Amino acid sequence: MTTTTSPAPYRRPGLRRLRVLGQGPMFTVSVAVLVALVLVALLAPVLAPYDPEALDLASSLVGTGADHLLGTDQSGRDVLSRLLHGARTGLLGPLLVVTVSTLLGTLIGVVAAWRGGWADTVLSRSMDMVFAIPGLLLAILLVTVVGSGMTAPVIAMAVAYTPYVGRLVRGIARQEKARPYIEAYRVQGWSGWTVSVRHLLPNIAPTVLAQSAMNFGYALMDLAALSYLGFGVQPPTADWGAMINEGQSAVQQGAMLPALAPSACIVLAVVAFGIVGEGLADRIAKRER
Amino acid sequence: MTVSAKERTPVADPVVPGLVVEGLRKRYGDHTAVDGVSFSLAPGASLAIVGESGCGKTTTVRMLVGLERPDGGTVRLDGRDRSARPRGRAERLARAREIQMVFQDPYLSLDPRVSVSGCLDEVLRLHTGLGPAGRRARVAELLDQVGLGAREASALPRGLSGGQRQRVAIARALAVEPRVLVLDEAVAALDVSIQAQILELLGAIRRESGIGYLFVTHDLAVVRHIADEVLVLKSGQVVETGPASRVLDTPEHPYTRLLLNSVPHRSHPRPGR
Repeated sequence: MTTTTSPAPYRRPGLRRLRVLGQGPMFTVSVAVLVALVLVALLAPVLAPYDPEALDLASSLVGTGADHLLGTDQSGRDVLSRLLHGARTGLLGPLLVVTVSTLLGTLIGVVAAWRGGWADTVLSRSMDMVFAIPGLLLAILLVTVVGSGMTAPVIAMAVAYTPYVGRLVRGIARQEKARPYIEAYRVQGWSGWTVSVRHLLPNIAPTVLAQSAMNFGYALMDLAALSYLGFGVQPPTADWGAMINEGQSAVQQGAMLPALAPSACIVLAVVAFGIVGEGLADRIAKRER
Repeated sequence: MTVSAKERTPVADPVVPGLVVEGLRKRYGDHTAVDGVSFSLAPGASLAIVGESGCGKTTTVRMLVGLERPDGGTVRLDGRDRSARPRGRAERLARAREIQMVFQDPYLSLDPRVSVSGCLDEVLRLHTGLGPAGRRARVAELLDQVGLGAREASALPRGLSGGQRQRVAIARALAVEPRVLVLDEAVAALDVSIQAQILELLGAIRRESGIGYLFVTHDLAVVRHIADEVLVLKSGQVVETGPASRVLDTPEHPYTRLLLNSVPHRSHPRPGR
């Protein structure tokens, strides 16, 4: 299509959006949100005005006010205090899931990429098998064996997330292994282990880290979903997913906050982790060009 | 088959000095990339392997340095076989000290996270018993040999030009004092004026050190400048071999003539004149 209007400089359509994610305000705001979340989780006992588990049936479903900034839930517990404490379980679970799955997935991915051949086949097929099992189902199965609480969902999610990391790492490690600088190290006579740990891993680490940030958000959501369903963290412990579950009945009585506030926290955290992860990935892509 | 097996008994075999390649073969699925390539490189000699892209020249040298395992044939340096997988660290290191390689693209062949001096220091730490001070001195010496100074020493690859990076790659290969240096299209990614400088440098290094060169290239003007002998590859097979001037001036094989005629201009900027 030729036009007669003055020629505007051609821009790739996605470029502006990428810039917002990569370096713009959205990225900065998201980083700030995550920092705030971590601080809140660490300082929850100091910041929380009330004991998050203290029942006060007399002041059930009190609205927002000076005494309770976000009101109280059905059992009269301070919603704000529960939110603040909920950040602890909310972040601790995904932290464990992401740490374990990243370490395990990176190990599997690098070994599969470096060794190739039958080792690659065995590891890749094993990851495919784990892929085929839905993470939530695995968690529910494990809960019936181990019992509810944080342990079973965290183990199940770590297992379920490992192949995602493994597949990503295998892909980029294969690419990286074929690069001449890695081959130069091999020609120098370094062992495969040394080259992959000392040179390949640090060069792919930023990409893995970006993926881990995104996985953190997904894991947070999955663990919240399990708590919501009653398989995860059990009441009265403050947990965002469990809070939504408990707040459901209050919604019917016109009190939105006990359920809405933890929902908003989950959305905020997941979106922030997603934007930070994508922003990091974009920066890496830009630097590579 | 039985005859060649008998010939290969190490005791009976007189050690031929230099690099000897016999019947090298590599297949990828149905495609035979290298099909029975044989040649030899006397110590300190310079051989160019030419041919169009996909003729198997890069695969051939990758088998020589050990980045690919041959499906058949042998590679020997001073009689020591290096076609099988190395047994253990000592053999791996010994092989590395025999043949080193300079890659085509200096933008990809240096670790982006390692500084120039760090990159040379690593090799020295692996291959020599030098202490920190000794290694520092040797790094400076190597940099000086390739025409780089203290400013480049502390730089990361991204702070260097293509020509400077290729000089680093050459210094890195020289660090182990190899017998043979494989240069895989080592100037192809550089500007023409830089190419001339690097070729000049390589010529000077060979005169001083007596390292044998194996120069993989598609650029026949480069061949004339750097090589004593030429080997022409086509579809993984040797079609012609001989002294550089003879092959370039009076090619015998039609394919070599075709290669020579497809060069757009015979006059190539020659360094130093």
